Amino acid sequence: MFEDGTMINELLIERLNYFIYVVLLLIGLHAMISKRNLIKKLIGMSIFQTAIILFYVSIAVKDEATIPIYKAEHDPHGAASKAAALELNSTDEAKPLYAPAELQPEETPQYANPLPHVLMLTAIVVGVATLGLALALCLRIQQGYGTVEEDELLVKIERADARYSQSPLAKVTTPRRRPARRSRKPRTAAQAARTSPKSASSPKSTGPTQTKSSAPKTKTTQAVKKSAPATRKSVASSPKAANKKPAPKKSPGRKPAGKTSSPKKKGAE
Amino acid sequence: MENAIAWVLLFPLIGSVACALLGMANRKLCYPISVVSMVGATWAAVETLFQAVASPSAEVSYIFGGWVLDLFPRGVGIEFRADLLGALIALVVVGVALIVSMYAKLPVEKETPRKEALYYPLFLLQITGLAGIALTGDAFNLYVLIEVAALTGYGMIAIGSNRAAAATFNYLILGTIGASLYLLGVGYLYIKTGTLNMVGIQEVIAANNLHDSPAMQVAFVLIGLGILIKMAFFPFHAWLPNAYSNAPTTTSCLLAPLVTKVMIYVMIRMVLTVFGVEFSFESTLWSEFMPWLVVIAIVCAAVMALAQREIKKMLAYLIVAEVGYMVGGVWIYNYYGLIGSIFHIISDACMTLCLFLATGIILRACKTTHFDGLRGLFSKMPLTMIGFFVGGFSIIGLPPTCGFFSKWYLITGGMVAERWEYMVVLMFSTMVMVVLFFRLIERIYLAVSESGENLGKGHGDVGLTKEQTKFQEAPLSMLIPLLIAASIVMIIGVYNQEVVNQIERFLEPFNLPRGTGH
Repeated sequence: MFEDGTMINELLIERLNYFIYVVLLLIGLHAMISKRNLIKKLIGMSIFQTAIILFYVSIAVKDEATIPIYKAEHDPHGAASKAAALELNSTDEAKPLYAPAELQPEETPQYANPLPHVLMLTAIVVGVATLGLALALCLRIQQGYGTVEEDELLVKIERADARYSQSPLAKVTTPRRRPARRSRKPRTAAQAARTSPKSASSPKSTGPTQTKSSAPKTKTTQAVKKSAPATRKSVASSPKAANKKPAPKKSPGRKPAGKTSSPKKKGAE
Repeated sequence: MENAIAWVLLFPLIGSVACALLGMANRKLCYPISVVSMVGATWAAVETLFQAVASPSAEVSYIFGGWVLDLFPRGVGIEFRADLLGALIALVVVGVALIVSMYAKLPVEKETPRKEALYYPLFLLQITGLAGIALTGDAFNLYVLIEVAALTGYGMIAIGSNRAAAATFNYLILGTIGASLYLLGVGYLYIKTGTLNMVGIQEVIAANNLHDSPAMQVAFVLIGLGILIKMAFFPFHAWLPNAYSNAPTTTSCLLAPLVTKVMIYVMIRMVLTVFGVEFSFESTLWSEFMPWLVVIAIVCAAVMALAQREIKKMLAYLIVAEVGYMVGGVWIYNYYGLIGSIFHIISDACMTLCLFLATGIILRACKTTHFDGLRGLFSKMPLTMIGFFVGGFSIIGLPPTCGFFSKWYLITGGMVAERWEYMVVLMFSTMVMVVLFFRLIERIYLAVSESGENLGKGHGDVGLTKEQTKFQEAPLSMLIPLLIAASIVMIIGVYNQEVVNQIERFLEPFNLPRGTGH
C-alpha cells in the first residue's frame, strides 16, 4: 500500500503535515460557517488559524538543520569574535571591529529558516487578539439578547430590526399632525370649500367660534380634521373619505374634549 | 522631509497612544489630538505624493531599520514603498480620515458617551492600518496591517448598540476567513519565491518562469478569494450592510468610504505588482469569468439597494454595487478599465464620504434615516442637502462631479475591451442609481410617503408646520467637513486630468492592452 510514488504514500507519509493542515482547515471552515452556536464558531475559527500555523511551520522544516542561532565561530558577539577583535586591534580599518568568521553561502543550509516561525508568532498574536475581541462580542451579545445560539438570536434581531426600520409616520402621526392643523386651518378650510361643498359648510360654521374660544385645541382639531381628511382622501381614495365624513360632521355638537378627540383620531388614521 | 512616508503612519499611531493615555485623564483632549495627528498625517501623505511624483522612478522607498544587504537591494526587512498608486491611495485614506476626524466631535459625544478615550485610539489605529496597507511593500506586513484595520474596525462598529455587536460578529467571522485565506496564499508565494517583498516576488516569478506552477495558481486563488471576501464582493457581501448601517455615525463615515476601496487597491496591487500582468491575466482564467461575476454582483446589489427604505442600508448596498464596478474595471483587462478602476477608488471614497457625512447629519436632526422622515429637509437644512445631492449626483455620474469621469473611463474600458456585458451592466446600474437618488429627492421635496399616501396638500406643501421646516442648519463642526467633502468631489471632477495623468504614469510600465486583451 505504501510503495514509493503512489498517491497514498505521497499524501500520508511524505506530506502528512500538509494533509493534516488541509483537513484541519476544512474542519475549521465548516465549524465557522455551519455551526449555530457562536462559541462553536469561535472554536472553529481557532482551528482554522491553527491549521495555517501548521502549514507555515511545515514549510520551514529542514532535516539535520540547527536552530537559527549563530554557531560560535560565526557569532558577532560571542567569544570567538571577541578574540578576533583583540587580535585585530581596533585601528585596523579593513575589517570591522566585530568581524567574526564570515558565514559562507554553502554553510547556510546548516541553519533552519527562521522566517516562517517569526511570521507565525505575529499570526498567533493576531489570532489571540481576534479571539479575545470575538469573545468580548459574544459577552456583549449574551448580555444584550440573552443567548449565543444563532437561531434564537436571529429571531430577536429580526424583531428588533422590524421595529427599527418602521416608518416614522407610523409612530408619529398623532403628535405631529395636531399642531400642523392649527396653523394651516384657514387655507385648508378654503380649499375644502372649493373641492367638496358638502364638508365646506361645517368648517365655515366652526371657524369663527374657534378663534374666539379660550380652549381652542379640541375645536380646531375638530374643524380641521373634517377638512384635512376630506382633501387628503379626495386625492387618495374618494369612497373611504365619503364614509368618514359623517363622523366628524356630527362631532361639532359634542363639547367634552376627551370624548370628541377619540373618534376623530380613528377617523384620521 | 525625507522620511515623510513613515510619518504617514507614525502620526496616527502616536496620536492613538496619546489619546489612550491622555484621554484617561481628560476625555476632552481626545478630539484635538486626533485632529492634530490627522493634519500631520495628511501633510506627510501630500509630501510623500510630491516626492513620488518628483522622483525619476516615480516611487519612494523606505526600508525600516535600514536592513539592506548587497545581495538584497530591496531589503531583508520590511520595505515601505510608495509608488504613485500607493501614494495616491494613502493620501485618499488620510484625507478622508482628516475630514471624518473633524466631523467626529458631536456624533461621538452623543452616540458613545463617556467612551471617547476608547473610541479615538481605535479610530486612529484604524487609519494607521489603512494607510499602512496602501504604503507597505511587504506581502506579510500587508496581512498584519489588514488585521490591524479589521480588528479596530470590529471594535469601532461594536462600540455602538447591541445590534451592532451582533452584526460585528458576522463581520468578524467572515473577515477572519478572508484574512486567513490571504495569509495562506502568501505562504504558497513564499514557498515558491523565497521572499515576501512584493517587487521581489514579481522578479522571482519573471526570472524563474513560474507562470505555470500549480502552487502559484493556488496562491493566486487563495489571495484573490481572501481579498474578495474582505472587500464585500457580491456573494460575500453579507457582513457589510448590517455592520455599516448599525455602526455609530463616525464609524460608518470612516469605514464605508475606505475599507472596501483599500481592499480593491490591494487587489490591484496583487494583480499588477506581485503576480504581474502576464500571470494574472494570461495564466489564469480570472479575466474570463470575473466580468460575468461582476455583472451578477452589480445587478443583485443594485436591486437590493432599490428594495431598501432606509438611507444607511441603501448606501451600504450601493457600496456593494460600486465594489462590483471597480473589480470589473480591473478584470476586463484593459488599460482604460484600470485607469477607471483606480480613479473610481479615489472618487468613490470621496462621494461615499459625502453621502455618509450627510446621512449622519440627517440622523442627528430627524432621529431617523427612514425615507418617510425626510420631508421638508431642504428648507430646514439646505447646505446639508446640497452636500448630499452632490454625493448622490456623483454616484449617478453627472458631469461636473468626479463620479462621471471615473465611470467614463470604466465604460470606455468595457467598450474597448469588447466586454459588452460589463458595459451594459454599468448603464443598468446607473439607471438604478438615478431612480434611487431621485426617489430620495422626491421624498425630500414632496410630501409622498413610502406607502404612496400623499401627506401634503398639493404642490410645494410637505405637510409640516413652519416650525418643523424652519431653517435649522447642522452644527458647524459637522457641516464644514461635509461641505469640504462635497467641494472635493467637484474639484477632483474638474481637475480629473491631473489625477488621471498620475495614474497613467503609474500604469505605463505594465504594458496593458489598449484594445481587446485577446
